[in-house]
Amino acid sequence: MFRALKTFRITPLLAIAGLLFVAFSCSPGGGSGPGASGSTISLQGAGATFPNPLYQKWLSEYGKLHPNVRIDYQSIGSGGGIKQIKEQTVDFGASDAPMKDEDLKSAAAELLHIPTVLGAVVLTYNLQGVDKPLRFSPDVIADIFLGTIKKWNDARIQADNPDVSLPTSDITVAHRSDGSGTSAVFTDYLSRVSAEWKEKVGAGTSPKWPVGLGGKGNEGVTGQVKQTPNTLGYVELAYAVQNKLPVALIKNRSGDFIEPSFDAVTAAAAESLPTTPDDLRVSITDGAGKGTYPISSYTYLLVYKEQKDEAKGKALVDFLWWGIHEGEKFAKDLNYSPLPADIVKRAEVKINSIHSGGKPLR
Amino acid sequence: MTGNSEDPDDKLKFVGLWARLLNAFSPTGNPGDAMFRGLLFTAALLSLLIVVGMIVALAGQSMLSIRQFGFSFITGTDWNPVKGQFGALPFIYGTIVSSLIAILISVPLSLGIAIFLVEQAPTYLARPLGFLVELLAAIPSVVYGLWGIFVLAPFLRVHVEPPLQSWFGWLPFFQGPITGIGLLTGGVILAIMVTPIISAIVRDVLTAVPSSQREAALALGATKWETTRVVLVNGAPGIAGAVILGLGRALGETMAVTMVIGNRPQISLSLFAPSYTIASVIANEFTEATEDIYLSALVELGLILFFVTFVVNAIARLLVWNVTRKTGGVGRAA
Repeated sequence: MFRALKTFRITPLLAIAGLLFVAFSCSPGGGSGPGASGSTISLQGAGATFPNPLYQKWLSEYGKLHPNVRIDYQSIGSGGGIKQIKEQTVDFGASDAPMKDEDLKSAAAELLHIPTVLGAVVLTYNLQGVDKPLRFSPDVIADIFLGTIKKWNDARIQADNPDVSLPTSDITVAHRSDGSGTSAVFTDYLSRVSAEWKEKVGAGTSPKWPVGLGGKGNEGVTGQVKQTPNTLGYVELAYAVQNKLPVALIKNRSGDFIEPSFDAVTAAAAESLPTTPDDLRVSITDGAGKGTYPISSYTYLLVYKEQKDEAKGKALVDFLWWGIHEGEKFAKDLNYSPLPADIVKRAEVKINSIHSGGKPLR
Repeated sequence: MTGNSEDPDDKLKFVGLWARLLNAFSPTGNPGDAMFRGLLFTAALLSLLIVVGMIVALAGQSMLSIRQFGFSFITGTDWNPVKGQFGALPFIYGTIVSSLIAILISVPLSLGIAIFLVEQAPTYLARPLGFLVELLAAIPSVVYGLWGIFVLAPFLRVHVEPPLQSWFGWLPFFQGPITGIGLLTGGVILAIMVTPIISAIVRDVLTAVPSSQREAALALGATKWETTRVVLVNGAPGIAGAVILGLGRALGETMAVTMVIGNRPQISLSLFAPSYTIASVIANEFTEATEDIYLSALVELGLILFFVTFVVNAIARLLVWNVTRKTGGVGRAA
């Protein structure tokens, strides 16, 4: 009885002590602000999930070379990356699709797009008894995803695949349900090759799909394709390579059926060089050149041209420079396509234009 | 014992005020009691503040969308971020129907499990079985989702949906192409996730029904089934609470459902057709929502989910209250 009473008296005191502890441990703010401590410089980045494995590799490799620079990257999605760099809560953002004009205008200052690597979108499918890679023409892909081509043995699919015996079954379409740069690149491509798609659906990270089932992430789409016979879906090239998925050959504008490969994607970027604008915001889908894979795209880092903090700005510029030079050699191992040499030169110009207080940082 | 508040001495005046305050919190005048009461009051107030804070934040963030679309946001069926069109009805429909399917399947199942564990099973079976059921409740929902897409969906596609269609195909609920992904699969996976929660609580509720009730029923010559009915009627309010908790989980579940429901904003009577829930669309599209109106529309969906949960819970409570009142006492049920 005595013991019970005693604990009863002590408990509220403990609870109060706990509350006080929480209150005090929260109150002293500041201290850990960005770049506060003397010699170590800390940079924050956030954005696209697609290049995240590469960026993490870059950070760890760069950290070994420059122990006094600490860089963190959070893969929160391109949308989040654009939002955070606009609100200046991070030192650099990252996005798969280039920022829109109105987004750039509403930013506090001029933002630069620094391309880092290239990605591509591939078609994958589940068709029993078909062991040769399927071939698709652009208009056929658009009509399948519009729902006008419904059967696998449709004459237009058969025409591209004369020696494949296609089943009579319905095509089940699988697409991404989460907002994603992969969907944006794919629908950008479809909008370019099909006027009907452009008018009815358009391009975006979360378009309104006319037909099909939505899967969450590359793994969700792959799961649906693997588990459901007669399904056609699209995933990132890197993901398809890692998981050894069957991928389709796609006809480009020069009329060849191109197998998706890192070189074919880099070629698509190189071919588009003459039409690439000065700010490097460009879509390279449906490119013209021979041997180019048509559903390819850049992924970008977003940085302010005018850096407020000179020391941090210098560290950021050095990191970007290292990334598009030494960093590119990690790309292929991690299933990304490296930048073509001419784009690296254009990106160098962009990095050299970054300044702080009127002084260039390189 | 308390100081006189009329006392000219300041110190004593303060003590008097303190005593009055103490008195308000603890009629017994015990400072420990007052402190205890104060802490409890703070805790209760905190939960209220969190709810109010959430509603205020959601409403504030969704103002843009509320202003632009008004009531048509709730009645609209077109969700097209590319064109800036936002209508929430398909999501509301998908959320409610998938949760209803889950409850329809899981309530009889959970009741069966709980009744067996408490009333029928010998201890050497009840203990491990009860433990396993509780283990099911601890599995992360993303694991349920993966299991759903790799095991449950193909199973339903091959073994469940074709017979359903051939027997009940004349009903609109079982028409259309069979893919294994859709409203039915979403409802079934929710049912599997909700069952352990409901059955664990119902088991505790039934255990708490005094043995004298069972003994009295048995003494009157009741069979096992009739005795169980007595126990169930006694535990009815607790069982209702369990079902409402399960319903709450089903309405808000995100990852597992989004893996198997097909994520298509459409209203279709067919349970085989893909559908979409509010929680899923928020999780799916939040990270890439760049335009302000898009983000605002997603937050408004959150606000709607809040109210859907509130209304569904209220209806469930009313229903239960009605039923328990009608069945009345133990005597009539037995």
